[in-house]
Amino acid sequence: MKKTYGIEVDCANCADKMELAASKTEGVKACTVNFMMQKMIIEFQEGADRDSVMDNVRKNCRKVEKDCEIFI
Amino acid sequence: MNRKQRIMLMRIALSAIMVASLSFIPVSGVLRFILYMAAYLIVGYDILLKAIRGIINGQVFDECFLMAIATVGAVALALYERSGDYTEAVAVMLFYQVGELFQSYAVGKSRKNITELMDIRPDYANIEKDGKLERVDPDDVEKGSVIIVQPGEKVPIDGIVIEGESSLNTSALTGESLPRDIHAGDGIISGSINLSGVLRIRTEKEFGESTVSKILDLVENASSRKSRSEDFISKFARVYTPAVCLSALVLAVLPPLFLMLTGNAPIWETWIYRALTFLVISCPCALVISIPLSFFAGIGGASNAGILIKGSNYLETLSKTKIVVFDKTGTLTEGVFEVIGIHHGTIDDEKIIEYAALAESASSHPISKSLQKAYGMEIDRSRVTGIEEISGNGIKAVVDGHDVACGNDKLMRSLGIEPVMCHSTGTIIHVAIDGRYSGHIVISDVIKKHSEEAIRALKDIGIRKTVMLTGDARKAAESVAEKVGADEVYSELLPSDKVEKVEELIAGKGSDEKLAFVGDGINDAPVLGRADIGIAMGAMGSDAAIEAADVVLMDDDPLKIAKAIRISRKCLRIVYENIVFAIGIKLICLILGAVGIADMWLAIFADVGVMIIAVLNAIRALNVKKL
Repeated sequence: MKKTYGIEVDCANCADKMELAASKTEGVKACTVNFMMQKMIIEFQEGADRDSVMDNVRKNCRKVEKDCEIFI
Repeated sequence: MNRKQRIMLMRIALSAIMVASLSFIPVSGVLRFILYMAAYLIVGYDILLKAIRGIINGQVFDECFLMAIATVGAVALALYERSGDYTEAVAVMLFYQVGELFQSYAVGKSRKNITELMDIRPDYANIEKDGKLERVDPDDVEKGSVIIVQPGEKVPIDGIVIEGESSLNTSALTGESLPRDIHAGDGIISGSINLSGVLRIRTEKEFGESTVSKILDLVENASSRKSRSEDFISKFARVYTPAVCLSALVLAVLPPLFLMLTGNAPIWETWIYRALTFLVISCPCALVISIPLSFFAGIGGASNAGILIKGSNYLETLSKTKIVVFDKTGTLTEGVFEVIGIHHGTIDDEKIIEYAALAESASSHPISKSLQKAYGMEIDRSRVTGIEEISGNGIKAVVDGHDVACGNDKLMRSLGIEPVMCHSTGTIIHVAIDGRYSGHIVISDVIKKHSEEAIRALKDIGIRKTVMLTGDARKAAESVAEKVGADEVYSELLPSDKVEKVEELIAGKGSDEKLAFVGDGINDAPVLGRADIGIAMGAMGSDAAIEAADVVLMDDDPLKIAKAIRISRKCLRIVYENIVFAIGIKLICLILGAVGIADMWLAIFADVGVMIIAVLNAIRALNVKKL
């Protein structure tokens, strides 16, 4: 199950860091951050609860890049 | 500029003014320190906070950390030496922020430009309600509804024109600037712009399934597929920063220790200063930002030229293409049949065509369509009676009171007429009128106008081999291959044979050479998937092709293949330029910094200057008009 979220992030390096942080979040199978389109594409693991996973993704991303925003 | 950027600009300006005026005001001691620190904190407090937060969260080595260490270190050195020279620390932070501001502004701006270039998204659809036009969200329009498109508006949904005449600008879709005429009964593709007349359109798809949505989806997701260079850079950045920090530490500690042990003065200040310079130089931003930006600009420029590339990885593969394999029908040829000759006529050629077209007027077969097209006039069905179709062989009918038979040689012989056999390649229609042989019509697929030029263009840009595959008969295939100048031709292939042939060709090429397959996408999906890179042509109508291909040429022009390769090469050249340039300059500056030639000012150039140049270079990839 794949879903695309809009994001707001200022620098490409930070986008890379967000990608890494989101990929390591539990319930996320794969994550790609598209800095140019300001989008985050998340592939969820089967049976994962999307809302709670996304909350954690946002939390983890904020840890590496405080200014980032994910529009859930 | 957004709010965040404006605030940053104010902070930079304020801090710069403070530093400038402080250099004229003779204050010293604690007051001087406080005033400089105020300027420093105004411009850099967020960097310090981020660095601290990074350490708390276990993300130690980032650029904020580098900058924080470098500037705090410089202040500490100034305090230790009692020189009162805090300018350098403030300046480093100041320029770093200027660079960040420029980066976010330039990147944001070019991001907007490129997305605008690709923006073919229609905002609304017009629906007629009680005689009045109403604007609705295209998503809400059901399949089979009637929408109205006024001059100047974008066609929001695919459909069929039921009323009105106009010309369309399809340049956003195909890159073709000549307007296309459209009449009632024609199919219409979303994303084109209506130029002159009001059109009523019956929608045939939902918005989400329409061409425009599919293209947008494809282009927007293109940069999510990362190329090897991009992967390399993000991996590089991950090991690079820790490595640099470690080297800086070594630089600060080892030489003084060595000097101490050999009985010399350790000169700690000098070495710490060099280590700090080292840190400033090392920021990885230039690389990390310019590579994806180059790819993004390349993909954006290509899509503006009517070439959709599904990802930066495909751009990379395309640039290494050395073998191009073509499908014949619909790719090098038009895929529509045309009358190319009338031979052995015993009456006027026009008469033969007229009788044949009338006799075949009831059939919807491509052959009879081509006869009607060659006839060029309205078919008067009342002149034709007694149409009798002899399956697989032809048609008998009575036209203007004459018995007309048209079809293959078997039909002629069954009527007791001896046909004159033809040596041309193509489909032969023999025509007999009132039991007498009157000649035959040769119908054949015609070669596209640009096919020969396209293959020559490929040769010019260094494509090693061009191959043509087709299911057609050998004679027809070889004649086409010779005319367009293909190096090799394989004919009479079933779809599965095509896959095998492509596999054979892939096995026989060098490991650094890539093979591209170009097809019209209708029955080529397996081959498109098997080739290193699949290019679908004129695929606006075919969903399967958009799915299966990696590159989609939105018009039918085979010349675009060479253009696509040239675009990819330009883009890749810019990527490599940026990698080499950014890493090279940094490396040189790092060495200069380590031996003490480069000071903080050069360090700032190495960071901010290189980043700005790399970003400007990346934007060049957008310009593909003249390629």
